[in-house]
Amino acid sequence: MSAAGIIFSNIHDECISELTRVRTMASVPFGGKYRLIDFPLSNMVNSNINNIKIITHYNYHSLMDHIGSGKKWDLARRNGGVKILPPFITAYANRENSLYTTRLEALRSVSASIDEIEDEYVVMSDCDIICNVNFKEIINEHISTGADITIVVKEETLNQEQAMKSVLFIADEEKRIIDVLSFPENYNGRGYVWMNILIISKRKLMSLILDATAHNYNSLIQDIIAKRLKDENYRLFAYDGYFGRVRSIPEYYSQNIALTRSNSARELFLGKNSPIYTSVPETSSTYYGNSCSVKTSMIADGCSIEGKVENSILFSGVKVDKNATVKNSILFENTIVSSNVKLNCVISDKNVVIQAGRFLSGHETAPFYIEKNKMI
Amino acid sequence: MYKYRDCIAMILAGGQGSRLQAITDKVAKPAVSFGGKYRIIDFTLSNCVNSGIYTVGVLTQYQPLLLNEYIGNGSAWDLDRMDGGVVILPPYQAKNSADWYKGTANAVYKNINFIKRYNPENVLILSGDHIYKMDYSKMLSYHTVKGADCTIGTIDVPVEDASRFGILTTSEDNTITEFEEKPKIPKSTTASMGIYIFKTDILFKYLESDEKDKTSSNDFGKNIIPAMLKSNLKLYSYPFNGYWRDVGTVKSLWEADMDLLGDTPSLELNDRSWRIYSGYKPYPPQYIGDNAKIINSIITEGCEIYGTVENSVLSENVTVARGAHVSNSIIMSNVKIEKGSTVEYAIIDSGSTIGAGATIGTSSEITVVGSSVDIFPGSDIPGGSIYRGNKS
Repeated sequence: MSAAGIIFSNIHDECISELTRVRTMASVPFGGKYRLIDFPLSNMVNSNINNIKIITHYNYHSLMDHIGSGKKWDLARRNGGVKILPPFITAYANRENSLYTTRLEALRSVSASIDEIEDEYVVMSDCDIICNVNFKEIINEHISTGADITIVVKEETLNQEQAMKSVLFIADEEKRIIDVLSFPENYNGRGYVWMNILIISKRKLMSLILDATAHNYNSLIQDIIAKRLKDENYRLFAYDGYFGRVRSIPEYYSQNIALTRSNSARELFLGKNSPIYTSVPETSSTYYGNSCSVKTSMIADGCSIEGKVENSILFSGVKVDKNATVKNSILFENTIVSSNVKLNCVISDKNVVIQAGRFLSGHETAPFYIEKNKMI
Repeated sequence: MYKYRDCIAMILAGGQGSRLQAITDKVAKPAVSFGGKYRIIDFTLSNCVNSGIYTVGVLTQYQPLLLNEYIGNGSAWDLDRMDGGVVILPPYQAKNSADWYKGTANAVYKNINFIKRYNPENVLILSGDHIYKMDYSKMLSYHTVKGADCTIGTIDVPVEDASRFGILTTSEDNTITEFEEKPKIPKSTTASMGIYIFKTDILFKYLESDEKDKTSSNDFGKNIIPAMLKSNLKLYSYPFNGYWRDVGTVKSLWEADMDLLGDTPSLELNDRSWRIYSGYKPYPPQYIGDNAKIINSIITEGCEIYGTVENSVLSENVTVARGAHVSNSIIMSNVKIEKGSTVEYAIIDSGSTIGAGATIGTSSEITVVGSSVDIFPGSDIPGGSIYRGNKS
């Protein structure tokens, strides 16, 4: 079997609109040195999927910067490799050629490029999930069960608010899907939540896209999967490793801060010989000064710390001056925290400078976000 | 067909570095870790790239496995190129001979064909085991403007160290008048840094005649440079004032790592105008636990710190368990320091484990624990010892 990968970089951007104002969901920083796309991309590479297409929509400069030639994922290849597909708009663009909003529309807009895939199967993933998953196992099951589509899910307990932002699947004992709940408004409790990953054969995918174009279907779940449950063999695969999802800013915040409580996330980042790869600027190691105090934190290389840091995540090149205190915060690349600053529940974007003596605080339900390049 | 080059670099990276004791048992000196995430050769390779020299031969001989793997195709330094790039040059079997590189000059002589392929105007000879940041392009333009046959990078050293180096005597315009390799009574404190730029044709001529001299030890400092001076060629000294260390001994390696600590370190690695590049490993960020205490130290990605680290330099993926105490030490990659152990004034080489409650070293002298050694829980390794473990 051979498989290609398709990654949707912009879907769900609006869930964390502050962070995606200047970038795609795919290039949102996570966990001290990663970008969200590193998870699907590395999972694919570690599963021997080496022909990967990333579908973008807008704001994709940061994504292109991050991916570069794909070298850091071993995807700078003569055969296959990674390819970014910006929106394909022909001359004389009309409404039909305008930018997509759903997954199916996105696929329709790049169908010519998908048609070129020579692999038998296609793994599709979004960028709002944090996991270390091996697709080989799932593809094998997809083949052995003769599934038309295999939907990858995680069994989770959801509250009403989370359920409203999730797609849930109900299956019989053989794991064949018998019902779909898209964004249910009055659901809570345990359920199989879609991880926004699915496996399909390339032939099936092309016929779906042609069908969707002919009938003007827009939603893969509602217009296709939900309507064909009886005729087609749609199956579940339940993943049981480390899993996080980004559906809102508080959730993004808590997924990051969760990494500081213990180092259990090492399993997420290193897997079983399946590390998550990323591209980071070249820096030296981190320097901890004479007066620093650092506890329960995750810190990238290239930082310089003289002050106090607790329960926080520091990306590369962050500077924390003497007598500054950083608590429960996420500081992106090159944030400068000057002396006598106090931060609590803050997310600072790249190149933020916080001048001496400022006190800034948010709450875990509403973290205080400082936009890129801002000086406070 | 290669494009025109004014200079290519040849890095001598074959030395054993036996004075580094157990640290160079399994790796060549240029591949020894330094400053957390670097290996010593990163400095020379990065200097080349930052100076615009993209054709680099690395001459290897002693324990080359790790060094070869580390350099790979050179992509970490942007040296994976269509035209030139980095090429590893090991000793080889030729039609009428098959022997090791005998001296520095012999090593370059055996690779004259590599240099000829590119037909460069000048050849820069470098050592792969020095720590410094230097712009070779400035030295090259100095060499060109002076119309020199050979230019030697020099640095002022303390009188007491002078007899460890090649010592030069120069006139006011930096013309070299005398050169003595490791003199007993040094005539000056101007020392050769082992950095030479030669006009290619002159280099070839002297390498070939040196090779014919059976009494020669085939060394740049001992033979080539004196022979050139004898023939009245134009040799100039190029004085360098920055940080430069030859980390040939356990003590000098330890001191150079310690130079990175403090508020204003004597060697600044986080210099964005002169980046030192290193090989990439996909480790997660450092995790600092709830009881950790870190003072004046350098720590690298993949490390997990639950104990105390003071005045130390830690490479990738080191674990310091709760209650462990590391001070004034260099800990190389993948080392585990278990509960309640104490490591002081030591260099712990990669992959070793310091068992719970063990005590390593004292302040009197540097202690070395070799790579992949298991120190049993509760052991006491006295200060100044070189511990290679029970394994062969």
